[in-house]
Amino acid sequence: MTEENTVQTLPTGAKPADANAPLVEVKDLEVTFTTSSGDVHAVRGVSFDIHAGETVAIVGESGSGKSTTATALIKLLAGNGRISGGQILVEGKDITHYGERQMASVRGGTIGYVPQDPMSNLNPVWNIGFQVREAIRANGVASGKKDIEAKAIEVLHQAGLGDAERRLKQFPHQFSGGMRQRVLIGIGLGADPKLLIADEPTSALDVTVQKVILDHLETLTREKNTAMLFITHDLGLAAERASKVIVMSQGKIVEAGPSLELLQHPRHPYTKQLIAAAPSLASRRIHSSVGEHLVDGVKGPDLLNLAEKHDDTEAAAEAKPVVVSVKDLRKTYMIRRGSFRSDPLHAVDGVSFDIHKGTTLALVGESGSGKSTAARLVLGLEKPTEGQITVGGVEMADASGKALFDLRRRMQVVFQDPYASLDPQRSIGAIIAEPLKVHKVGDRKSRDARVHELLDQVALPSAMADRYPNELSGGQRQRVAIARALALKPDVVVLDEAVSALDVLVQAQILQLLADLQEELDLTYLFITHDLAVVRVVADVVAVMEKGKIVETGGTDEIFERPQEQYTQRLLDAIPGAGIEFGS
Amino acid sequence: MLMYVVRRLLQAIPVFLGTTFLIYFMVFSMPGDPILALFGEKTPNPAVLEAVRAQYHLDQPFFMQYLHYLQNLLTGNMGTTFSGQEVSDVLARAFPVTLKLVLMAVVIEFILAVVIGLISGLRKGGIIDNTNLVVALVLSSVPPFVALFLAQYFIGIKLGWAPVTVGANTTWSAMFLPALVIALTIYVTGMRLMRGSVIEAQSADYVRTALAKGLTRRRIIPVHVARNSLIPVITNTAASFGALIAGTTVTEGIFNIPGVGKVLFDAIVRGETVTVVSIVTILTILYIIVNILVDLLYAVLDPRIRYV
Repeated sequence: MTEENTVQTLPTGAKPADANAPLVEVKDLEVTFTTSSGDVHAVRGVSFDIHAGETVAIVGESGSGKSTTATALIKLLAGNGRISGGQILVEGKDITHYGERQMASVRGGTIGYVPQDPMSNLNPVWNIGFQVREAIRANGVASGKKDIEAKAIEVLHQAGLGDAERRLKQFPHQFSGGMRQRVLIGIGLGADPKLLIADEPTSALDVTVQKVILDHLETLTREKNTAMLFITHDLGLAAERASKVIVMSQGKIVEAGPSLELLQHPRHPYTKQLIAAAPSLASRRIHSSVGEHLVDGVKGPDLLNLAEKHDDTEAAAEAKPVVVSVKDLRKTYMIRRGSFRSDPLHAVDGVSFDIHKGTTLALVGESGSGKSTAARLVLGLEKPTEGQITVGGVEMADASGKALFDLRRRMQVVFQDPYASLDPQRSIGAIIAEPLKVHKVGDRKSRDARVHELLDQVALPSAMADRYPNELSGGQRQRVAIARALALKPDVVVLDEAVSALDVLVQAQILQLLADLQEELDLTYLFITHDLAVVRVVADVVAVMEKGKIVETGGTDEIFERPQEQYTQRLLDAIPGAGIEFGS
Repeated sequence: MLMYVVRRLLQAIPVFLGTTFLIYFMVFSMPGDPILALFGEKTPNPAVLEAVRAQYHLDQPFFMQYLHYLQNLLTGNMGTTFSGQEVSDVLARAFPVTLKLVLMAVVIEFILAVVIGLISGLRKGGIIDNTNLVVALVLSSVPPFVALFLAQYFIGIKLGWAPVTVGANTTWSAMFLPALVIALTIYVTGMRLMRGSVIEAQSADYVRTALAKGLTRRRIIPVHVARNSLIPVITNTAASFGALIAGTTVTEGIFNIPGVGKVLFDAIVRGETVTVVSIVTILTILYIIVNILVDLLYAVLDPRIRYV
């Protein structure tokens, strides 16, 4: 074990005055998963302490073991996982040998838990009141029907559900994601636990909802002096919400310390990489990296030190011809409200924008803002109710049959989830060649050559053509999806949340690749995203959407530095770690 | 909800008309002359023959016969059998017997499916689970009539634990053996549904959350695992209730149970169009109603489902 794995546990100044012994002590924790291909050591010798009232964040990429560490603390590992070494002392008692019954008394009462996905963590067949009451009853916080009911309402009130009395009889599907997460927070804190584990509690929520929920969680835990263990992939979030940050990679702790100090003066190369890769408000537009420097030997963008050539590109963009022009676009769906009644839903409500050749327009908004519908309309996957879409001078509504087919060649798309958007049954080469085949471009030989050229463009080895999607990592798959989109040499590429599912380091590499390709091939991007920090580094022009309308449009710097609309300002404020300057 | 039921009932009308028409047509097209057959070896007087034909409207063209039948049906008159009994009387005696048999089979099936499926799902890959899966494979590969004969021979004749045939004595206990056999031959589907959803529910996020609340397994298994898993099993059982009522012919034949299946079989053999079509009509209506009830039941069990 290296020195980095044994963590200096007491951050200066963060130690509560009244607690000498830590609330939770994790010593050399090892977690092993038994799989058909052998044992996987997901957590390898992790040690840290959590003191009463303290907020600790574990940061890491997917597969780093951060969630496994958290679930090990309450022994809720998946069926094939087990604690294979080390100790977990909760108030001085080692719980690693506890049976089910003993664990039931630790869970809820001593350690509360708020899960990641509010959609799947409430039982759909029981009403909200039932699910809160059963948690209260199990932990003996209240007894007697009336007291339990009263406590349930109190708990939900505290979690921010003002109309709890009325909603107790409602079912989870009648609640929004944010509301469900409040219920889960209410349940987690219902028995006044000493430690609350929050496992990515807001990553499934919109950024503005995320901020409200996190603020609330912070207030509640402070009032009750509850310690919190925060699991997140978001460095900004960790810096903003925790007093101590633990960085994990491949099952080990690589660095730990007081959050601000760690993020401003990281020592471990991995932490440095993470920080450099995280897009933040302070970042600048990424440009082609050709000839630019490397960060710690890894080719990736140095987002913090990019040349300030941004301002003149904006002016230059205006001068270029318009490739995509959208005028007064509307899409209305009829939503059934009863047997005979249906109400119109204006998913896209009078949207207009132009994208100039070789530039990127980012369409930003929360879920339900209509940004993805707008993208589908531009791609011609759905017919608009009203309005015009012109791509390269061709009016889409006029094009049909052959003309529409040809128009599709000029527009390609990259989707969010690289695991779902590649056919697992086909080789990478076949996947990339498919658009060429559909559009009858070249013969077999020339298509093969093109596939290799494309693989090279997205920085994948040629040998990859014979492999299958399941052999590739998320980032590699997204490169394949980009290669497929480029196969037909399109003018316009629609990137629908194309980097949202990727880990921060991979995300940075893909963003750099997109910037390189744009410069090299003079591509035009329509970038759909909810992530404003990413927008900052990719977009030339930003259009902010709310409820089907564009509420504000402008150059990226303009929008970020001088937002005119309150809604834009709210989105910007909600970005975690917005005000924090990261080091490198 | 009410609108939904009304819509479903309206949809049932064309189904009803189509089914009765098809059945009437097929029975009509069967070879042989039923009236002639009634007289057996004797050569009847042509005048008598004509009179009998007229009595059953058999002298009219097919379509008129069908309309005549529909008219009677709507006025509650199902006609008479060749032996002179009112079809409605015959059915009034046969239906309760079949309902009793099927109800018993379905209850046994449900209990077996839920209990065995739950145990099997909770101990996936264990001895009980593996044994159960082998037994289930055997049960589902034995044709029902073979199972019925085997049960009748070994349990009824060799061991003498149950009456060999039911006959007029249609008590619950007399019909237990055939009901059990029917239940066993159909329980496999329900058991597999239960087992599968129990396995799935155990790794559901809401079950992990329930554990994290501090609940014990003793509470979580009935409340969060079994309750959620029951939904597909209940609807499957309810749906098989409809299918069973229509499919008891073999069982009733083997165990000599005077239910609908036996009446239907005898009527087909005799070419008694009126009786056959009446029974099939009632079975169709019953099947449609049971299916509407199953869909409504689904909404009761799963709050996410609402019919508009």
